[in-house]
Amino acid sequence: MSLTLINVIAAVIIAIAFAALNAAYLVWAERRGAGRIQRRPGPNINGPLGLLQPPLDGIKLMAKQLTIPGGADKVLFIAAPVLAMFPAIMSFVTIPFSENIVAKNMDVGILMIFAFASMGGLSLLFAGWSSRNKYSMMSSVRAVSQAVAYEIPMLITTITVVMIAGTTNLMEIVHQQSGSFLHWNIFPLLGEGHNLLMPMSFLIFFTCTLAETNRAPFDLGEAESELVAGFHTEYGSMGFGLFFMAEYANIVIGSSMTTILFLGGWGCPFGLLPGVWWFLIKLYFLIATFIWIRWTFPRTTIYGLLNLSWKILIPLSLFNLLFTAGLLKVF
Amino acid sequence: MNSPIELQPDETFVLNVGPQHPATHGVLRVKMEMNGEYIVNAETVIGYIHRMHEKMGEMKTYPQFLMNLSRMDYLGALGYSHGHVLVVEKACGIEVPERAEYIRAIMVELNRVSSHLFWFGAFVMDLGGFSPLMYALQDREYILDMLEAVTGSRLTYCYFRFGGLYNDIDDDFINAARAFIPRMRKSLVKYRKLVTENVIFRKRLEGIAPLSQEMCRKYGASSAVARGSGINFDVRKNEPYSVYPEFDFDIPVYHECDSLARYNVRMDEIEQSLRIIEQGLDKLPDGPIMPAKKPKIIKPPAGDYYQAVETARGSFGVRLVSDGTNTPYRLKLRSPTYSNMHLFDEACRGMLIMDALAFMGSLDLVIPEIDR
Amino acid sequence: MVAYFSEIINGLISLVTGLGITFKEFISPPVTVSYPYETLKMCARYRGHIELLADEEGNPKCVVCGLCARACPSNCITLNGEKPEGSKKKVLTEYILDFTKCSLCGSCVESCNFGAVDFSKEYNLASTRKEDFIFDLLKRLEEKKK
Repeated sequence: MSLTLINVIAAVIIAIAFAALNAAYLVWAERRGAGRIQRRPGPNINGPLGLLQPPLDGIKLMAKQLTIPGGADKVLFIAAPVLAMFPAIMSFVTIPFSENIVAKNMDVGILMIFAFASMGGLSLLFAGWSSRNKYSMMSSVRAVSQAVAYEIPMLITTITVVMIAGTTNLMEIVHQQSGSFLHWNIFPLLGEGHNLLMPMSFLIFFTCTLAETNRAPFDLGEAESELVAGFHTEYGSMGFGLFFMAEYANIVIGSSMTTILFLGGWGCPFGLLPGVWWFLIKLYFLIATFIWIRWTFPRTTIYGLLNLSWKILIPLSLFNLLFTAGLLKVF
Repeated sequence: MNSPIELQPDETFVLNVGPQHPATHGVLRVKMEMNGEYIVNAETVIGYIHRMHEKMGEMKTYPQFLMNLSRMDYLGALGYSHGHVLVVEKACGIEVPERAEYIRAIMVELNRVSSHLFWFGAFVMDLGGFSPLMYALQDREYILDMLEAVTGSRLTYCYFRFGGLYNDIDDDFINAARAFIPRMRKSLVKYRKLVTENVIFRKRLEGIAPLSQEMCRKYGASSAVARGSGINFDVRKNEPYSVYPEFDFDIPVYHECDSLARYNVRMDEIEQSLRIIEQGLDKLPDGPIMPAKKPKIIKPPAGDYYQAVETARGSFGVRLVSDGTNTPYRLKLRSPTYSNMHLFDEACRGMLIMDALAFMGSLDLVIPEIDR
Repeated sequence: MVAYFSEIINGLISLVTGLGITFKEFISPPVTVSYPYETLKMCARYRGHIELLADEEGNPKCVVCGLCARACPSNCITLNGEKPEGSKKKVLTEYILDFTKCSLCGSCVESCNFGAVDFSKEYNLASTRKEDFIFDLLKRLEEKKK
């Protein structure tokens, strides 16, 4: 076996381990964060600071009985959680954590990640349809229309960044933001092709990430107090566990895409720590913002959410795209 | 087993928002005929928590029935006790000392604030924001601690007696109540910034479930449901009782008729209740809390008596038909939520299910009070 | 057109204000009392189940008049007494409180003219059997005496 093959296998294993560890311990971080926002401790009984809570929850979930409702479509029912988890983990293969830490850097990195993200939408459909439950059906219909509506502004904003960078290779995009602090894509001053509307692109991309991962305030698909638990009502045990972990893995991927595209990847403004630590700091800062937003705002209505996408985000991002294209052509 | 779902004519299906549901605040069953996500028809089914309070009223003596009133609507219990105690005092002609009247008013207003805080938390939680519930319950803890130090109970108080109160308040209560009022006002500012002015929340409630004045009058709605539609009716001002004419407070009335108007009415009511508490504490006279001559056995003369009070949920009425013995012949409790809730059947036609459940939250339903 | 943009801007400002409030709450200390590691002291008038009060010699003050049993709305109290030889007053032999039906209304405490019953401060009462909640108050008084 050649050294590069071992390299690649090791990198893939590390990517999968990173995804799984994140999915487990982000639950802990969310519960502690939610607790502190609500002036209560959060889990603090199992292990110091409650750190043993996720493994114990995993053991509890695995020990439960896997039920399939009678009359449900067995193939789709079992395929749905697997289909939710699989793209989330596979997308980790292309994300560059630092100059040298990347499993396989592809020239079409962005395209691959977005292709996998679209596959996640299929799992929502399978879960809702195969449960043979009116609540699940209704909420999966909503979740799919939400996923489709918010992919569009996300892709348009990504095209804007790609136009500025000139390539879809993720490492190249980060290299072009190296330099100082102000070269990052979010700031409108330095760097070639930047214009005044860059913070708006960042906000649009961030909102679309929130909506694609079914996070509050856009969590119509799942955490409803109206329709019980949404499209994963009928899932117990590890089926539910897989959906849960897939959601957090998607959050990590969405945040790392935001970091790479807008916040300069592993670029360190002061040069204190090696690159990967800066990447992780920015990543977890964004994830903390996700958690912060979830526990502050109520849910939007389905038509408010779709109006936000079709009537506000898409026109603004299209305008941004044309503006950037015009500026790039002229200057 | 693989048979498709039965479709009614017009392609509707029946969704059962069952007695066990996080959003119905009690055991309420709503049978909704839905066309996709739109509700075509809804029918509320009640009776899952009927505990026969009115029958107990006919079998228990008057002092033995005092504790039942708190169990009807446990969130605003003191208002209900107040109504019952007032009607029996009216029937027997018992004079209540002034200090007792003032303390009763202060306690009822504190209870109203605590009930509205709980409603606020549960309502915003129904809409998906989980944090304001915790903040509201934290503020409510101060009220419950104050009331526990005086009455001994936190939720189901058995504090009012015929003629006065069970025991007196002390300086600790007065100081705690005075310290609570500015703290609550600061919290109200926080809720206004966090919830009322939030764009997501406003979009969720503006224009939802408009209830016209005719519909409110048809169903006999009261409290925030009526005042959110422009009907200026509050039992404390229109049919004054007890010591309320001495207080200077306003009745918030909004004319937009939608859910946001009902929400605003209740938030303003909290502020007005704080004003009443302040004035009550300032004007509190000294004196006894039970009348000097109190009949040993309560036997109202035969007749028909009625008293309505304004509780957190609306106009609660007690009708007492007495035949001269020491148990009532008939004790009818007019439950405000019963009238408020039946609006839901007619008003939710054509709404999305999300909006219908938000509407139900804005009606402030407590199901044990409907079923008594 | 202007309304479109002003709505977006005002909406964003309200969202940021909300985030600021939650951040302030995040850095405030938690208000939870971690029961059972920390406990709160019950206030003086807390209504636990009733208990018999004793006079200076340790005998219950109860004269078995039965007013508390008659006042109780739920028929929770059963009490018996007997007149010993050569004494005019009854002595309490049995006082059973059925706490499964008690609603802590206080009618018994209020109706006693001799101050023989009062609320206790007991709240750690969880059990898995219904029989544990039929309290024999005379036995509890004897045990407290020792």
